Amino acid sequence: MTFQITIDGRAVPVEPGQTIGAALHAAGVRAWRTTRFGGRPRGLFCGIGVCFDCLITVNGRPPERACLLEARPGDEVTTA
Amino acid sequence: MSPTDDRVGVPNDRIPHDRVRDDYTCDLAVVGGGPAGVAGALTAALRGLSVVLVDSGARLGGQYFRHPPGAARGGTPGLDRFLRQARALGERAEVLLGHQVWTVTRDGDRLTVHCRTPDGRTVAIRCRDLLIATGAHDRPLPFPGWDLPGVLTAGGAQALLKGNGVVAGGRVVVAGTGPFLLPVATGLAGAGAEVLGVFEANGGLGLARHPVLAAGKAGEAAGYGLAMARHRVPYRTHQAVIAAHGERELEAVTVARLDADWNVLATRELACDTLAVGYGFVPQIELGVELGCETRQDADGMPVLAVDDRQRTTARGVWAAGEPVGVGGRYLAELEGRIAGLAVAGVPVPGVLARRRRRLRAFGEALHHAYPVKPGWQGWLRDDTLVCRCEEVPVARVRAALELGATDARSVKLLARPGMGWCQGRICGYAVACLAGESPRPPRRPIAQPISLGALAELDLDFDTP
Ligand SMILES: Cc1cc2nc3c(=O)[nH]c(=O)nc-3n(C[C@H](O)[C@H](O)[C@H](O)COP(=O)(O)OP(=O)(O)OC[C@H]3O[C@@H](n4cnc5c(N)ncnc54)[C@H](O)[C@@H]3O)c2cc1C
Ligand code: FES
Repeated sequence: MTFQITIDGRAVPVEPGQTIGAALHAAGVRAWRTTRFGGRPRGLFCGIGVCFDCLITVNGRPPERACLLEARPGDEVTTA
Repeated sequence: MSPTDDRVGVPNDRIPHDRVRDDYTCDLAVVGGGPAGVAGALTAALRGLSVVLVDSGARLGGQYFRHPPGAARGGTPGLDRFLRQARALGERAEVLLGHQVWTVTRDGDRLTVHCRTPDGRTVAIRCRDLLIATGAHDRPLPFPGWDLPGVLTAGGAQALLKGNGVVAGGRVVVAGTGPFLLPVATGLAGAGAEVLGVFEANGGLGLARHPVLAAGKAGEAAGYGLAMARHRVPYRTHQAVIAAHGERELEAVTVARLDADWNVLATRELACDTLAVGYGFVPQIELGVELGCETRQDADGMPVLAVDDRQRTTARGVWAAGEPVGVGGRYLAELEGRIAGLAVAGVPVPGVLARRRRRLRAFGEALHHAYPVKPGWQGWLRDDTLVCRCEEVPVARVRAALELGATDARSVKLLARPGMGWCQGRICGYAVACLAGESPRPPRRPIAQPISLGALAELDLDFDTP
């Protein structure tokens, strides 16, 4: 069954088995961090855990790769 | 954190929960659960070897057989058969999913494969033989705007679709070079995206005489041609996306007509929300390189592990199959896995398998020759185009390093820092080598995956207590 996660409090629907990166991308959220120097937006690029562009903060833990991390009901993504 | 974390589908019943680290001892450890790794592991297990297979993914499948959980949907040809193999393997071997191998150490003729689970546990697998079946990743080329969200690698778009059922975008452009662009485009179109075109930088033969279609060995290949026609996806040769535009996300691309060396002849803009772009693949060979395996240069210029006709590398007890010994597609990967499994078990390799392998390898090399990367792409770059996305190193800094006297990729890296970030040069390594005027060298990454200090400390402990 479809469930929800949130990004900065906003709900995003997830199909079971989807990664956090895939769910966000599908919901039209294509960037969730900015780069250290240029402040450039980043989201998915390689999609398979190689490029580290998609680093994301989930439930306050250290950054993980959104393209590898399977979403769970209630996961809270924060971007700031 | 609860040790029953099944976030990436770690099969809990297989993992003892009462210890911080788990150890396995087996005859053969296999790294990689794609067509090569699964075939190798199953073949060896059927010959009576004890086998542990490790993959960082949530499910077996690798890149080609990536699939969502539960009942397999979508029509990846061969998936049913692969899943039967995977089930048979599960009954005969340990399958550790969600385990990332970050290094392999040697102690005499024993090898130890060090893995890390998502919840931070370390797992060591002691084995006599190791099969490296780690596949490849996309080989991107930099161009202005390639770091805009909405620009994905071709494989990334495919992984979104195959693994998550997510169509990468609404109005999609597919670009790059090589036969892989076809399944990406037809997959996206079949799933409802409007694919505005496939821009193949090489070509000249056009779609009708595309070598994969012309080989006609499988309905699968001919199917791409039909699907392209059915979805009215234009296939344009000698054209490429040379720039991406947008404020915060991709809004348009510049498509160029190219000469044979990929110099720009004429350009036009195309509005789109997504670009899937890829210029071939980079075999993942670092585990073998760190173990001292010799490498050779494949027909596409990439360093790959050198193997004999039984898939044996030059390092004792280390075997390799699939993309790490040269990109050639999933049939070849599976066949090489089987050959390796037989050879590790000490069974002679039937001549028919050896001949098939030679044929498929030759076909793979022919594809490399038909779809090379031509130097003209360097003319697409602007001074501020990022080469290294991690450390945000623009072309100008790389060129400045070359002017300062850097003579190869390694010294460019020391001066300008491309390839020093999280991805360890996996994404920019090929481009930096080209800019430095050399062929890409075997990567040196003693730690194949970023890991915690805790895991490193445990490895030290490990050396103290044999
Ligand atoms: C993103 C991507 C998508 C692709 N999609 C297609 C497609 O749709 N159609 C097609 O014809 N070809 C596709 N290819 C080409 C594809 O690589 C081959 O056709 C085929 O999958 C190769 O099989 P393999 O067994 O050699 O490697 P893979 O199938 O790549 O399997 C390698 C496995 O090793 C695992 N692995 C690697 N390093 C480690 C490590 N350190 N620790 C643990 N596990 C590790 C990976 O997670 C992966 O599951 C794709 C390639 C890429 C990069
Ligand atoms: S998109 Fe490249 S690591 Fe996640």
